[in-house]
This record gives sequence, C-alpha cells and structure tokens, in this order.
Amino acid sequence: MKQPPDEQPNLTRRQFASMAAAAAAGFVLTACGPKRLYEMPTDRLKARIREMERKYAEEFGTAVTVADTPPIPGVEFAYALDISRCIGCRRCVYACVAENNQSRNPQIQWIRVLSMDKDKGVDFSDADPYYQPEQVPQEGHFYVPVQCQQCRNAPCTKVCPTGATWTEKDGIVVIDYDWCIGCRYCMAACPYGARHFNWAQPSIPKDELNPKTHYLGNRPRPKGVVEKCTFCIQRTRNGRYPACVEVCPVGARKFGNLLDPASEIRYVIENKRVLVLKEELNTMPKFFYFYGT
Amino acid sequence: MDTLRLFSRFVKGSLRLVLTGNRSYWAWMAFLAALIASGASAYAHQVSTGLVMTAMRDQVSWGFYIGNFTFLVGVAAAAVVLVIPAYIYDWKPIREIVIYGELLAVSAIVMCLLFVMVDIGRPDRFWHLIPPWGHLNFPQSILAWDVLVLNVYFLINFVVVTHILFRAFHGRHYDKRVVVPLVLLSIPMAVGIHTVTAFLFNGLAARPYWNSSILAPQFLASAFCSGPAILLVVLQVLRRFTRFEIQNEAIWKIAELMAYAAFLNLFLHGAEAFKEYYSNTQHLLYTEYWFSGLGAHRTLVPYAWAAVTLNSLAFVLFIVPAWRRHPVTLNLGCLAIYAGCYIDKGMGLIIPGLTPDALGEIYEYFPTTTELRVAAGVFALGFLVFTLMLKVAVPITLGEFQTERTGGAH
Repeated sequence: MKQPPDEQPNLTRRQFASMAAAAAAGFVLTACGPKRLYEMPTDRLKARIREMERKYAEEFGTAVTVADTPPIPGVEFAYALDISRCIGCRRCVYACVAENNQSRNPQIQWIRVLSMDKDKGVDFSDADPYYQPEQVPQEGHFYVPVQCQQCRNAPCTKVCPTGATWTEKDGIVVIDYDWCIGCRYCMAACPYGARHFNWAQPSIPKDELNPKTHYLGNRPRPKGVVEKCTFCIQRTRNGRYPACVEVCPVGARKFGNLLDPASEIRYVIENKRVLVLKEELNTMPKFFYFYGT
Repeated sequence: MDTLRLFSRFVKGSLRLVLTGNRSYWAWMAFLAALIASGASAYAHQVSTGLVMTAMRDQVSWGFYIGNFTFLVGVAAAAVVLVIPAYIYDWKPIREIVIYGELLAVSAIVMCLLFVMVDIGRPDRFWHLIPPWGHLNFPQSILAWDVLVLNVYFLINFVVVTHILFRAFHGRHYDKRVVVPLVLLSIPMAVGIHTVTAFLFNGLAARPYWNSSILAPQFLASAFCSGPAILLVVLQVLRRFTRFEIQNEAIWKIAELMAYAAFLNLFLHGAEAFKEYYSNTQHLLYTEYWFSGLGAHRTLVPYAWAAVTLNSLAFVLFIVPAWRRHPVTLNLGCLAIYAGCYIDKGMGLIIPGLTPDALGEIYEYFPTTTELRVAAGVFALGFLVFTLMLKVAVPITLGEFQTERTGGAH
C-alpha cells in the first residue's frame, strides 16, 4: 500500500526546542500561568474561553459555548419554594441534572428532595432523601427540596483557602472550577449539604450535554473539584428562569429579583408565611420556603 | 564561603552516617521502604481514578486522612512538653534530650503536610495556595492560617535542630542568640498550630459536634499525652541501643507531666459529654453516633469505648508514681495513651462530626484499603525522616561524629 505524502513533516529537534522555548516564554509573560478568574486580563480570559470551547467540542463532538455573562446591575436573585405545594416528584432534580451537566456516573445531583413526616414538621434527623413510594405525594408526608441556599453570610466562601468560591454581585455563590484545589473545607462548612465533590471523573453521555454553558456554572467539570447550584447562572443572567422553576408541575418554585418591588419573589416574602432553613446559624439564605396555602 | 564548605562537609558526613548501619537498621529501613512503596502505588491509583477510591463521599467528605493530619499536628506540638522544662525552668536532664522532641516535631509536620496533600482532589494545584503565584485567603480562611503556622513551626524547629547539630559537628556549642529566641518562639507556636487546627473544625457552625469551645483546650491536652508517649518509647530505645545516656529523672518527669495532661484530657471529654447528654438537644446525635450508634449504624462504637478504656487505663498507670517508674507499666501506659488519643482524635473527631450529615442522612464511613495503604505509607515516610535524623543526631550529640580537624581554617 502506498503511503500518502506527509502533509506535516516531522518536527526537527531544533524546531521542537524553539517551540518549547516560545511556549515557556509565553507562559512566563502571561503573568506566570493561570490566575483566578477576575485577576485574569480580559484578552487572556477570552483566549481561555475559546480554548475551553474547543476542548469541550472535541470531547463531546458538538459545538459548545462557554459564556462569561456578568451580573446584571440592579439585580439580586432570590428564590422561594412553596412547601405546601411541592409533591415530591423530583422533576426539578432531573431537570437540574440535564440543564447543568451534572455527572451521570458517579451520580451528582444539586437538588435533594427530603421526604418529611407531617407529624414531626421540618426535622432533618427524621428526613428521608431516598423515598420511593409507588406514587407521590405520600399520605402523611410533605417534601422539602434542598439546594444551595445562596447565603448572604455564606460559611462556605469564608473558609475556602484559595478564594476559589465567592458571592457574585447578583448574589449567586459561584466556584471557579479551574482554581478549586478540592480540599472540601467548603463542604464541611455548608449547613445544607449543597456542595458536591467530583469523587471520580464525571461522565455525561455525548448526546445529553447541554452545550450552552457558563464559565461559573454548567460547563463540564473536571475530576477532584467541588460544584453546586448556581441558580442556573447561564439562564438567569439572560432573563430566563432556572430549569427547576420551569419544570415544576405544581408551580411551587418562585424566582426573581429581590431588588424589584414588583417582582413575584417580593410579593411572596411580603405576603406569605416565610421561613429559612437553620435560621439560628445566621447564614441569611436567599432561598426562602413558604406556605402558599 | 567558609560556612558553605563546612556545611557541605556536614552534609557529606551525614550521608555517610545514614548509609552505614547494622542489620536491624537495614531491616527497619527495608520495612519502611516497603510500606512507602505500597503507599505510593495506592496513591498513584487514587490520583488517576480519583478520591472515589476512598470511602469518603459527599455526606462524609473528610475521613481517615484528615483524622491522621489532626492527630499528627498534636504530636508535632508536643515537643513543647520538653522545651518548657528544659529552657524555661532550665532543668538539665531534659535539656539534653530536647533536640529529640524537635526532631519528632519536624517529622510530624512532614507527615501532616503529606496527609493534606493526599486528601486534596487536585494536588497538581497545590501552588494555588502559595502567593504570589497563588492566592491564600488570609485571614478569612482558618485553613490559610493553618498553612502559615504549620510551615513557620516547621521552619523554626528545622532551623534550631540543624543549627545545633551543625555546630556540634564542628565541635562548637550552639549560638544562644540564635537558639534561645527561636526555642522560646516555638512555645507559643506549638500552642498555635494546635489551636488553629482546632479552630479549623471549631469554627464550623454547620457541624455542632465540632462547634464547641472546649475543642482547642481538649486538642492541647490530648496532644500533650500522645506526643510525649512516642518520645518516651524512642528515648528508651536510644538508651538501650546506643551509648546515649538519658537519666531516669527525665523520663519520670515527662511521664508525670503526661499524667496531668491525661487527666485534663479525660476531664474535658467528660465536660463535653455532660453538656451533650444532660441538655439532650438534637445535637446529641453526633455524640450518640460515636458512643452508642444510631439504630443499626454502630460501626464506630467499639472504637469509641476502646478509646475511653485506653485513655482511662493510661491515666491510672501514669498517675501512680511507682507505676510510671516501672519500665513495663510505663511502656504499657505509653502504648495505651498513644492508641487512645489516636482513635479519639482521628476517627473519633472527624467521622461523628460529619455523621449524620448536614441534612440528617447517615452514611457509615470506614476507610478503604487504599486509604489504609496511603496512610501507612505517609507514616512510614515520617518515620524514615525521623530515623535518618536520629541516625545523624545521636552520634553528633554523643561526640562520636565530628569533623576531623585537619588543615582547616579552624
């Protein structure tokens, strides 16, 4: 069989050496390698994002966008969940997994729905996250879905030794997956079990990837870092609802701008019986629970 | 230049020393090397597969590694038990052996740093902690404080022992202006590393089992039990196998101090148990998981009671003067208190702190073979460092190993 002519001739040692030297010089010149997101000059961030998109496209065989949409001025997001409406169907859990590219194996889920006993009220020591009845809602039970509470006084960001997680101006607590060292101190600090670790290489079937991603949100994560709910940053910063709000069949989930007096979220807070989880810890969640009926 | 030349001679001499030894020395080294190799291969597998090789999961996100780290910070801090009587009260019998406490501190810190390294998900990003390349979230993160104090404490002890040994190697007495201030500084630093490590857990309101102000004092009390226990055994081994003379008074004095520390440790544990059981709030769950189990979840219960038994036994053995002076009961006490504190501060602190988890789920953690192998490897590496340093330090302090004074400038 005839060999096709080499289109790219093998590198000579000299060429390789000069390329390596150029790469090393470039690395040093661009301020000693990668930096935390907001310490990166814009042009470098753009280049980084292009590189990321190329890599993801190659890995998943489809065009992937990585947005870096900033917070919208005058917006602070908040969430409210109607405990009296929730039927425990877990549609939010699976919509979240699909939207936010959570690993299917090992399984990662940012929302955890707890089944609780009506006799006992909101009592975590008696909660069951693994309920599996034929039909929900189950007699004598009510449901409390828990995800990141986007605390104003967040214990998780405070403890991070590298500053890899912080609260954005619109109130979303985010993680830079490229800066996290995986020490899991934030997971120990979180009172809501909202942070999840990639114990193994996350896997998402190629045809199930959501290609519209955000740098601080649902872009595919590497092994060994922490992830969590971001209020669907890739959607909400573009004026859309989070996936869990959209999918909820009973309308138990409300979302909006805390700073807008006409918003639904403000209506709920001002007119309903509202509570936050583990109030005594003074974490000041922006995720409220209420009894709508 | 002269110092440099002298130092290189010191290093070369030390190398020669550690490369010569009798059969039991090499058997010990081979044993350590085997453990290190096994740990390294387990760790390589963990790095390529991920921390899924451990039993840790989202519910119990810290385990055996962080438990060992916490325990060893205590061992490192314990050098101060020797430093205080030696330098503050100028008590000569201990002054002669204080350097071994510092060598132990150096090896313990090496192990601490390794345990953190094997625990993190992205060891390749370790430099993210180190300014100016990385970003250390200081003073907000207590982990940032811990990184700082552990490294400073390591440096202090390393500089002091290197200085003393280097000077002794050249037949000179150490420079008091260097050693005394550093040794004095090492006292608050020793308290500091352990307090900061306690605060690491103490500061988390999410975990009621740790969120107790008694934690830091209790850490110190148990540290002053377990660290000296290792030292006492090492000192007796040295006395047996080398010409090194260690007065009985020194050993007895340390044992006496350990009796007080053991009492304090038991007392603080008792105070915490009283508060939990008497007030009987929901926060009692964690203590119950440790001592009696929750329903069918009883994995740790035998360990809890083993720790209580060992710590109480050791206290009795140390508090009776005749027993702490008798070699058999003394060493039995050392073993008991070491094992008691190891269980108590490793598994007994970390696992119940995270079980049940923040949302009430009970996931029963027990370390996997990977974790055990990696941990054994880290311990072996620490003991290797300790052995090599002792191999150099003992002959130097005995005056058996000194530079030949031929044709030098001195």
